[in-house]
Amino acid sequence: MVNEPPRWRWLGLLTAIDRKLVRDTWRVKTQALAIALLIGCAVAMAVLSFAVLASLERTRDAYYDRYRFAEVWASLTRAPAALEERIAAIPGVAVVECRVIANVTLSIEGLDEPAVGRLVSIPDQGEPRLDALHLRAGRYPEPGRAGEVLISEAFALARHFAPGDHLEAILNGRLTRFDIVGIALSPEYVYSLPAGGVFPDDERFGVMWMRRAGLEAAFDMKGAFDEVTLSLLPGASEPEVIARLDHLLERYGGLGAYGRKDQVSAFFVANEFRQLRTMGTVVPAIFLAVAAFLLSIVISRLVETEREEIATLKALGYGNRAVGWHYVKLVLMIVAVGAVVGVALGIRLGFGMTRLYVKYFHFPSLEFTVPAPVLVVSIVLAALASLGGALTAVRQAVRLNPAEAMRPKAPPMYRPLLVDRLGLDRMLAQSARMVLRHMEREPLRAALTAVGIAGAMGLLIAGQFSLDSFDFMADVQFRLEQREDAMLTFQEPRGARAAHELERLPGVMRAEPYRAVAVRLRSRQRERLVSITGLGEAPILHRVLDERTRPVTLPPDGLVLSDKLARLLEVRRGDRVRVEVLEGARQVAETVVADVSEQFVGTAAFMSLPALRRLLREGDSVSGAFLQVDPARASTLYGELTRTPSVASVTLKQAALASFRKTIEESMSVMITMNVLFAGIMVFGVVYNSARISLSERARELASLRVLGFTRAEISTILLGELALITVLALPLGCGIGFGLASLLARLMDTDLYRIPFVIDRSTYAMAAVVVIASAAVSSGVVRRRLDHLDLVAVLKTRE
Amino acid sequence: MAATRALFEMRGVTKLYRMGEVTVEALRGVDLELARGELVVLLGPSGSGKSTLLNILGGLDTPTAGTVRFEDHDLTAAGEAALTRYRREHVGFVFQFYNLIPSLTARENVALVTEIASQPMRPEEALAMVGLAPRMDHFPAQLSGGEQQRVAIARAISKNPQVLLCDEPTGALDIHTGILVLEALERVNRELGTCTALVTHNAAIATMADRVIHIADGRIAAQHVNETKARPEDLSW
Repeated sequence: MVNEPPRWRWLGLLTAIDRKLVRDTWRVKTQALAIALLIGCAVAMAVLSFAVLASLERTRDAYYDRYRFAEVWASLTRAPAALEERIAAIPGVAVVECRVIANVTLSIEGLDEPAVGRLVSIPDQGEPRLDALHLRAGRYPEPGRAGEVLISEAFALARHFAPGDHLEAILNGRLTRFDIVGIALSPEYVYSLPAGGVFPDDERFGVMWMRRAGLEAAFDMKGAFDEVTLSLLPGASEPEVIARLDHLLERYGGLGAYGRKDQVSAFFVANEFRQLRTMGTVVPAIFLAVAAFLLSIVISRLVETEREEIATLKALGYGNRAVGWHYVKLVLMIVAVGAVVGVALGIRLGFGMTRLYVKYFHFPSLEFTVPAPVLVVSIVLAALASLGGALTAVRQAVRLNPAEAMRPKAPPMYRPLLVDRLGLDRMLAQSARMVLRHMEREPLRAALTAVGIAGAMGLLIAGQFSLDSFDFMADVQFRLEQREDAMLTFQEPRGARAAHELERLPGVMRAEPYRAVAVRLRSRQRERLVSITGLGEAPILHRVLDERTRPVTLPPDGLVLSDKLARLLEVRRGDRVRVEVLEGARQVAETVVADVSEQFVGTAAFMSLPALRRLLREGDSVSGAFLQVDPARASTLYGELTRTPSVASVTLKQAALASFRKTIEESMSVMITMNVLFAGIMVFGVVYNSARISLSERARELASLRVLGFTRAEISTILLGELALITVLALPLGCGIGFGLASLLARLMDTDLYRIPFVIDRSTYAMAAVVVIASAAVSSGVVRRRLDHLDLVAVLKTRE
Repeated sequence: MAATRALFEMRGVTKLYRMGEVTVEALRGVDLELARGELVVLLGPSGSGKSTLLNILGGLDTPTAGTVRFEDHDLTAAGEAALTRYRREHVGFVFQFYNLIPSLTARENVALVTEIASQPMRPEEALAMVGLAPRMDHFPAQLSGGEQQRVAIARAISKNPQVLLCDEPTGALDIHTGILVLEALERVNRELGTCTALVTHNAAIATMADRVIHIADGRIAAQHVNETKARPEDLSW
């Protein structure tokens, strides 16, 4: 028990009261360290998130700026090049770039599955005026050489392409060879998604930039364009420009212009920033709250045990401020250790996280830097939270009346407790009675301890939740909803017979036709650009599900909207919406919202094929078909489809999902390891500190019991039994906190493009409980060792 | 001694404590003067109010009614800050249970005071005065009770206080070590001329005082001046 305080030589440099500080802290070093680690976790998470965020943001802004990222996009069917001047004349428009864009099915040697290439035109001479390319390797295509392309880096890396390689695709009915002359990056494809997809699929999707003349020739677009991008003058109103542009493009099959916030890549990047910001705020806040709670009990106990020392200091002439400052310094020392650990850990993790982001986001370069304000703010907030936690205890020390403190403390108030009043005590063993009475004497502390443990469990659950949800979403989407193996799109809508002919192809077991049409849906002031998918009345492959994931039979009339779209339009079942078709004859019609469906990805609208055809006032045209494919003959089939001129693209979403799952698993495994580590630290910190405080308060009592003949195991049961009970009580609470946190996360991740279903697996709860119980057991073990070395004589000899 | 104005002057001091629902009257109208260089023993049974009196003299507590003056300072009217300054500059305390800081060595415990006092002696000097020079670098847990109390005395005198207030300084010690402590106190009083007030319930100790004040039931019951002071080493109890 008589542990000689350290006599480090450097202590001589300090004043006597500071030496007391250092040695007192040393005495509670494990407790202080546990708290410092919690503060460290908070600082690390804040530094990690905000430094990565700052690095990404700086990189993105510089990239967008230097490479002239466009501000408005609009697709259309076809417009004459002369329209460019009129677009440029729209007030507020700075630069106009007209392009030809087309998706083609690529045939790649060694790849049985089809891949989609997006051909994007670049001006015949020089560089694009907007969305300039960052050349990674090779050169720009020579003007006038139709077959030369630059390809996107992600695609090149996934498929091991280098300048000098070539690709083949059917262009306008002719098998065409493309020579890769360079590898490039574009601000439009920082996050690269295939058309209509939500998962990156770099193996099966690539962007190919080609001189405009070649593209015009291949797609019969001589002197025309089918996409326009704009940048705006400072101060220009984006909605106004969009409205004028839409008006101008209406005659040319304009599909509705949109700004950066709806540009897919920019959207995902911005969304990621939002999540980083949330992560960097919520997680540190939880850790700091727990650290503050622990500091409040530890410092308050310290002040309690040092009552007489404080009185002595005051008697010696140390003022209240000096005494208060003494304990504030103790807290600051703990914060300092936490800050050092946190900053080091945060920076280290930041490098790792940046490496992960490089996989998702294609920037010319991404350098991880730590801005000084991030460090300062994180540390200052940690210090404020810690001091806030210790405030009551410090005030206790300041207010302590020296004359009173010299007298022994009045015995604690006892009153009949709940267990006693209920008569339950007779049913309990002696030790259980002591446990319950002690807990009831300090109900707030017991409750907060439970909350601290539960908080750690909540973090674990919330951390694991996104993987559960992802799996659920994938399961619903691909096992129940989109059960097709491939989605085939024709170059342009064709007669229904074309879909039936597909069924005769080798390897196609079933083909379900669909018609997709771009529309603008309006309801009062709300409007959205979406695509209506017309499906057979009772499709087997591609189905629409209700909230309980049961297949919906498409009504003979009216629309079925995804719940997300219904919410965005603020409509409910039975409401009427205005449908403005953006293709062909651009019909405008009113129709009813017949039903609302469950959909995690995208803002989808469905109709039965006959209803949609009535709306479009057209015959039995189809845009493509969903295919069920015999795996044994898949490669033959895909090979044939790749060479079929009328087929624009064949996409394999399941394959995309599988490769994306692999990617997120890598990053998730890092996050989950971190989570388990952090939560473990939290539980350890809470349980260890609570146990040490109880030990300190009850050492005399426990030693007396030992003198009376209790065994070590028996007194351990009394001390640790309380913690075991609190831990058990914390488990359901932790499930609740995890549930709450996860639902908060789900709400935060609910975006226009996708939403995360709120699903937590039972195994996630179980995993969290196991981690909590294991860390509680470890910290109890550490305290138990101290209990075994309780010095009976010394404890009884000292004056309380 | 009589010519100069008294160092302390107490008039009609009363002190009430609330202990839960009970009110305890610890002092009931005490009038008292202490002179410079005087060694006074406040003698009384436990609970008589002598410790309360000492705490009020030392600025650890304030009276419920009455006035206390130290030199030109009115301690009754002083606020917390003024009392702290008063303790820091003028008063040395010695307590029954030594009240050393366990995490500081003997020398450091003394330094705790010398670092904040305006005209302190060196810690080593103070420790030498109480005969502890050889054990300066020991922690309290490595010292005997008598040694610890002598460290407390060294700590109290190291600021060169005008008054040394001792609350049962030998209460926790056996007679042999108790006498060593009393010798140290007597030496400090003699050599430094520090006004020393010593609270005890041990009548034997009273014989070494210049003046003995008997306290009972919160009042001064009697007082007398010792014509010849006993030497500490001749005491026995």
